[in-house]
Amino acid sequence: MEILSLLADGMLLSLQPLNILLILVGVTLGLFIGAMPGLGSVNGVAILLPITFLVPPSGAIIFLAAIYYGAMYGGAISSITLGIPGASTAVATTFDGKPLARQGRASLALVTAALASFAGGTVANILFTAFAPVLATLALSFGPPEIFALMLLAFATFVGLGGDDIPKTVFSICFGLVLGAIGFDQISGAPRLVLFDINGFLQGIGFLVLAIGVYGIGEMLWTIEMTRGEVTTSTPKLSMKGMASDAKEATRRGWKGTTIGSFLGFFVGILPAAGATPGSLMSYGVAKMVSRNPENFGRGNPDGVAAPEAANNSASTGSMLPMLTLGIPGSPTTAILLGGMVIWGLVPGPRLFTDETEFVWGLIGSFYISNVAALLINLSFIPLFIWMLRMPFTILAPMIFVLSIAGGYAATRDMFDIWLMVIFGIGAFFLRKFDYPLAPAVLAIVLGPIAEPTLRQSLLLSSGDPMIFFTRPIAGPITVIALILIFLPALKLLRRAPARQGAAE
Amino acid sequence: MRNGEIITAGVLALLSIYFMWKSAELPIGYIEGKGPGGGAWPFWLSAVMLVSCGMIALNWWRRTSPPSQSEEPALDEYGWRMLLLVGGGIVVFVALVNVISMYGAIMAFLLYYIRYLGRHSWALTFAIAIPVPILFFFFFEGAMRITMPSGMPFTDPVFNILYEIIY
Repeated sequence: MEILSLLADGMLLSLQPLNILLILVGVTLGLFIGAMPGLGSVNGVAILLPITFLVPPSGAIIFLAAIYYGAMYGGAISSITLGIPGASTAVATTFDGKPLARQGRASLALVTAALASFAGGTVANILFTAFAPVLATLALSFGPPEIFALMLLAFATFVGLGGDDIPKTVFSICFGLVLGAIGFDQISGAPRLVLFDINGFLQGIGFLVLAIGVYGIGEMLWTIEMTRGEVTTSTPKLSMKGMASDAKEATRRGWKGTTIGSFLGFFVGILPAAGATPGSLMSYGVAKMVSRNPENFGRGNPDGVAAPEAANNSASTGSMLPMLTLGIPGSPTTAILLGGMVIWGLVPGPRLFTDETEFVWGLIGSFYISNVAALLINLSFIPLFIWMLRMPFTILAPMIFVLSIAGGYAATRDMFDIWLMVIFGIGAFFLRKFDYPLAPAVLAIVLGPIAEPTLRQSLLLSSGDPMIFFTRPIAGPITVIALILIFLPALKLLRRAPARQGAAE
Repeated sequence: MRNGEIITAGVLALLSIYFMWKSAELPIGYIEGKGPGGGAWPFWLSAVMLVSCGMIALNWWRRTSPPSQSEEPALDEYGWRMLLLVGGGIVVFVALVNVISMYGAIMAFLLYYIRYLGRHSWALTFAIAIPVPILFFFFFEGAMRITMPSGMPFTDPVFNILYEIIY
């Protein structure tokens, strides 16, 4: 009961006129920043951080949290309408969001993403409110072996997502992981894999360079070549009645993915260093696995949009939990929020809930209000995003290329990265022609820098004994499930080969 | 497609070997008290890439993958032309960034694509190619405070006017 009264106080605080205004402005700004390829919540929060010194700390964090929410909703927009994931958390949304848009059902995809994000955010808020201290302790029991096991599980999901050509999927995963290792060795600090001794590689290769190269350039070239420049999307229609029927269809066909994403995303999100990317990917994989028609995934299944979108929103709220309760940021954006809190004179950690009750519950209350605001603002802007798709492809295509190059530069501020992006784009075009799945590489470049140090720390803990991943109570089951997921498709393939030979004889 | 599949696998195998060789500049084994060496992670992953290339080649030989069963060319005349015109256009666009600025390059690329490749009218071409870079300028430089490359010194007079407006 005490929690409910504190939450009510927090909601009242966030419903004050100034705070409501901050939420509306923050969500709208976040939505557009998140929808821009190359820019995400981290840019929005970082750029607008100085503005928050003009308002009290509770208003400031509410504003930043609203930007964070808006950007998480916005990430789906570029994934669906342009086919370019603006952030790693929205890569899985492209798998079914882009095919739906190509079929002229962008409105269904956008409505599904908005509703799933809302559901994910709501579930996460409730879990956050009710179980914050308990979950923070649980998250702390995840050491390096457990985090590595979780990463292994994420890689295992890739194998399931990559279709029948397992060697190409494995190649793609390892390629992404190796690209993620370029730059400096995180432990010794020695330069590593400085390709052709070009100094530009010393700074490593960022996720966006590969993602924009693959999706913004490579996929676009492939689409132009395959369709002979005549991209035939049925003209997306939009009316209030149509949106209402899309909402009904989204609820009917996306509830399973939404449920999976909401819970799985939250639990992955609260783990320090894991975050929303593995959460959204795992949710997509699990939704596909439990579906009666897994073959529909990747061809425009609303469940395939709902699962990652519910998960990334849920995980974003979840990642606030270790930040507030333990002072450990779960993502780059929460790291900036943490920095802001320190500047405002607040000390994140276990005592924050007792020492700064008004601030903490004001923030939690604003999560609920921001979530509702983000849903309404997002739905009201869907006609604008759909209008974009009505452009002739010979105008849309150069706009996508321009957005990719300008957005890529905005994120990295380095022309070397832009040239790499172009090289990756042309390389991705050829690999796509020969059926290499590229999403695993894009996601692996994000997860590699988390997986490698945890593997090395784990092996150091066990003096080089890999059994550490099997003998610990949490890591053990996760590792076993991951290995089953990796080897099951391989076994299926081996069993199918002799059967095919037998049939041929 | 069949020839392309094996050539691609060969190129990727060579890339894997190069990655292995570069990774081996740091220790790739287990160092007592220090854990795996700095090169171990990329070295062994590159080794798995190499093995995967071997399996792709095996599948090519067994004709089990769709591209290995197809005798069509990977890229026909249209494909090569498209790659040259669109891919080449992007390369020129990026090359122009340091000459006529990001915004100038955007304008030139939009003019080229919409008018020459898209065959739209001059009116529509100008209606898009001129306002888009201006909007981008106010969004990136004004709102987001992100400075884009401004090209060679001859573009300064234009940028001075624009900076006067936003600062």
